[in-house]
Amino acid sequence: MKKSLFINAGIIALSLGLAFYPLGGYQEGIVILLCINCVAAMGVSILTGFTGIFTLGHAAYMALGAYTTAILTVRYGVHWLPALLAGGLIAILVAWLIGVPTLRLTGDYYAIASIGLGEAIRLILENWQSFTRGARGFPGIDPYTTRGLAVAMFAVLTILMFNLLDSRLGRELRASRDDDVAASLLGFNTPHSRMKALLISAFYCGIAGGLLGGYMSFIQPSMFDMMKSTELTAVVVFGGLGSMTGTLLGSAAITLIMEYFRDISQYRMLIYGLLLVVIMVFRPEGLLGNREIWDFLPHRSGTHSFGKGRRS
Amino acid sequence: MENKIVLELSSVDMRFGGVLALDNVSFQVHEGSLTGIIGPNGAGKTTVYNIISGVYKPSSGTVFFMDQDITALRPHQITHLGIARTFQNLRLFARSSALENVMTAAQNRYRTSFLEAMFRGYLVPAARPDDDYRYSFLEASLHVGRWGRVERRLREKGMELLERVGLADRAEQAAGTLPYGMQRRLEIARALALGPKLLMLDEPAAGMNPEEVLELNGLITGIHRDFGLTTLVIEHHMNMILNICSHVICLNFGAKLFDSESDEDVDIMEIAKVREAVQHNKDVLAAYLGSDDAKEGEAV
Repeated sequence: MKKSLFINAGIIALSLGLAFYPLGGYQEGIVILLCINCVAAMGVSILTGFTGIFTLGHAAYMALGAYTTAILTVRYGVHWLPALLAGGLIAILVAWLIGVPTLRLTGDYYAIASIGLGEAIRLILENWQSFTRGARGFPGIDPYTTRGLAVAMFAVLTILMFNLLDSRLGRELRASRDDDVAASLLGFNTPHSRMKALLISAFYCGIAGGLLGGYMSFIQPSMFDMMKSTELTAVVVFGGLGSMTGTLLGSAAITLIMEYFRDISQYRMLIYGLLLVVIMVFRPEGLLGNREIWDFLPHRSGTHSFGKGRRS
Repeated sequence: MENKIVLELSSVDMRFGGVLALDNVSFQVHEGSLTGIIGPNGAGKTTVYNIISGVYKPSSGTVFFMDQDITALRPHQITHLGIARTFQNLRLFARSSALENVMTAAQNRYRTSFLEAMFRGYLVPAARPDDDYRYSFLEASLHVGRWGRVERRLREKGMELLERVGLADRAEQAAGTLPYGMQRRLEIARALALGPKLLMLDEPAAGMNPEEVLELNGLITGIHRDFGLTTLVIEHHMNMILNICSHVICLNFGAKLFDSESDEDVDIMEIAKVREAVQHNKDVLAAYLGSDDAKEGEAV
C-alpha cells in the first residue's frame, strides 16, 4: 500500500520534471515523442509482457486513434480532448472485434491475426480516399499536443498502468500468462482475461496515436506500417517482458538513440538491429528481465513488485 | 451413508481417438468424506479429475455436483461452484512469490447462495462473487476505495493458509525455487484459498520421501477435519490412501474395479477392514502386481 504511494509520487515527480524543466524547442519535441512512445509501449507491454500475447500489429491501433482524432477535430470541429478519447475508444472497439475470434485460443493465433489486422487497417486507410485522403496523408491537424499535454497524458496513463498491475487485474493477467490451465482452474475466465489486456492495450495505443497526430499535425498510413508494429513489440522485449519500468526505460533508450542518429538516418535501422542483437546476446531476458527497477535496490521488506518472488 | 451426495459421476466414458480412457465409470462422494482413488499408472485417475474440473468433456455420461449437472460447464465456472484441485505435475506460477500464488486464488472466492438462485428461478444454488474479496476496475486503477482493505484481507488470508501448510516463512520466495515437497503443499494452500466445498488432490505424495508422506498424511487429514472439507485424493501409493481414506475407489484400465461403498461385505467405517478388503481383492492386487490369475484372465 505504501509502495503504491511511492510509485505514484515518483511518476508525478518525474512528470513534473519533464513538464517544467526549461528546454529548447528541439528537446521539447523529443520529450513529447518520448511520452508518446512510452504510452504506446506500455500498451504493448501489458499485452505482451504481462499477459503473454505477442502482437505484431499494434501500430494499427495507433493509426485508428490518430485518424479518429484527426478527422473529428479537423472535419467536425470537435475539441481535441473528447476526440482523443474517442480515438482510444475506437481502438478498443476494433480490438474487441479482433479479440473475440482470436483470444479464445492460446498460443500465437493473435500474433498471426494481428499482422493481418495491421496491414488491413493500413490498406483501408490508404484506399478510403474520400474519408482519409488515402496515401497522400491527412494534413492540417491542429497541433494540440504540447509538452504539457503529452507529459500529463503520460503521467496519468502511467499511474493507471502501475496501479492496475498492482491489483487483482494484474494478478489475473499474470496468472493467465504463466499457466492458462491453472488460471482457469483458479476461477479465471482466461479468454476474458486476455480480452481485458487487449482492450487496455488498444486504448493506450489509440491515445498514443492521437497524441502523435496532434504533434506531427500531419499523418499518413505509412507511419503506421508493419515496421512501427514490430518496433513497438521490440521495445517491450528490449526492456524485458513482464517489467513495466523496463518497458519505459527501453522505450526511452530506443527513442533517444534513434534521435541521436537522426543525421545518418539511412543507417538507423542498422543501429536499431544491432542494439537488439546486443541486448539479446548479453541480456536475453531484456534490460530488466521481469523485475521492476526498484527491485534492484536493496530493500528491507523483501517483497518484489507485482508479487514476484525472491529467488532464494 | 446418510450424508448428502456432493459429487456423482454417472456412467462416464472418455474416449481419446480410439483409446477408451474411461469406461462407464460411476461413483458417488458424500459430504464430509475423505475419498481415495487408487489405481496403477494409466488407470485414468487424472482423467477423472480433468472431467470433474471441466478440463475435458466426457464422451458420454454426466457429472453432478451438489445435484447440479456440471458436465457442460467450463473450468472456471466449475471452480466458482466450489471445486478446487491440485495438479500431479505442479502448476504453480513459478516466478510469483508463494504468497502471490495463494492471493491469486483467494481473489476468486465465490459464495453459493440459495436466495440468489431462487431469484433467478433455479432450484440449485448459484455461485456469486464473494464481495469481501472484490473491488471494481476503477478502484483498482486509482488505488482508492476498497482496494487497500481488500488487498490487506487477501494478504491476511494468504498468510493464514501458508501458515496452515507450514510455509509462512517462505511467503516471499518465488514458488518455482521452493523445494518439491513445499511446492506440493503450496498447491494445497492455493486450492484452499478458493474456499472450496470439494478439494481434489492429484497425487499429493508424488516424489516425496516416506517422512514427507507421513507429514502430508497429517496435513491432509488435518485439513479435512478442520475445514470439514469433502476431500478426494488420487494416489498410486496404496498405503497412503488406505491409511487416511474412509472410502476407497480403485480404477484400472479406465474401469472401476472396486468401490468400498458399494461392495457390501465391507464395513466402510472401519478403515482396517477396508484395507483388508482392498488387499484381499484379487483384481486390485492383480492390477498392481500382475498376478497369474490376471494373465489367465486376459488370455481367455
